[in-house]
Amino acid sequence: MEGGFITTKFNDILGWARKFSLFHYPYVTACCGMEYMSAACAHFDLDRFGAGWTRFSPRQSDMLLVVGTITHKSAPVLKTVYNQMTEPKWVIAFGTCAVSGGIYDNYAVVQGIDRIIPVDVYIPGCPPRPETVLDGLVKLQEKIQNQDQDWRWKRKRS
Amino acid sequence: MEKKKVLDALAESFPGQTEDISTHGDDAILIKREILLDIIKFLKDGPYAFTMLLDLTCVDYPGQEERFQMVYHVFSLTTNQRLKIKASLPEKEPVIDSLTSFWKNANWLEREVYDMFGVQFKDHPDLRRIFMWDEFEGYPLRKDYPLRKHQPRIKLRK
Repeated sequence: MEGGFITTKFNDILGWARKFSLFHYPYVTACCGMEYMSAACAHFDLDRFGAGWTRFSPRQSDMLLVVGTITHKSAPVLKTVYNQMTEPKWVIAFGTCAVSGGIYDNYAVVQGIDRIIPVDVYIPGCPPRPETVLDGLVKLQEKIQNQDQDWRWKRKRS
Repeated sequence: MEKKKVLDALAESFPGQTEDISTHGDDAILIKREILLDIIKFLKDGPYAFTMLLDLTCVDYPGQEERFQMVYHVFSLTTNQRLKIKASLPEKEPVIDSLTSFWKNANWLEREVYDMFGVQFKDHPDLRRIFMWDEFEGYPLRKDYPLRKHQPRIKLRK
């Protein structure tokens, strides 16, 4: 066929666009940050999956990477950062501490960031290997592709 | 040689008031809390020149009348030796003199001990919590603080 064309559903193309243009905000508090740096830089390269652009402002990012231990003292800060992010937004709990508090079962540490904000993908490991991080990212991309996309006109219509 | 001398000099200058509790080749003395400032003045300004406060911390021995034990680690740059000074405090009145007049770094170290153990320091210029937030109740490193007691600053989910 001359010129060629593709047919798709608006929901799918929106998901395709969103999953390959994840701007992430690294909320790095602990040693997992080393693995995050490794995963984000050239050796393992998050950018191969379209998530290479680190924005250090929550207002410009749509994937929140919570990397490391979250204490009760800094919990309000994380909550504020999450609230400052614009929709659509996704959260990855990176490492055992962010997932469940890890070995820090004590007075200071929040037992998993899902006690504060909703989490989409949990990446286990202390710290997780960069391959685990990439796997988590691909899982999130699958989730984004398959979810019911939210956009402004859709909200107006309903 | 040198090591023996400082313990001897202490025993000479403060007869009956210091107890030699050295173990494993590390010099340590146990003193009454009332003479802490005199001992420190002797060690710092005297010929042994213990000019450096390495660390200052506290131990909780629950069930004992002298429940808290302050531990001071001092170091002499001229004679290259360390000395550990311990002083016990009663549970009813855990108060000891502040060392901020001798070393500036005692300020934050003493605030940490106050924050974690509730030990009061006489003549401390700014005795308030350093790690935990102001609304935190109790002292988390005391042995009678419940192991898994959390005091979240924001409402937790679930």
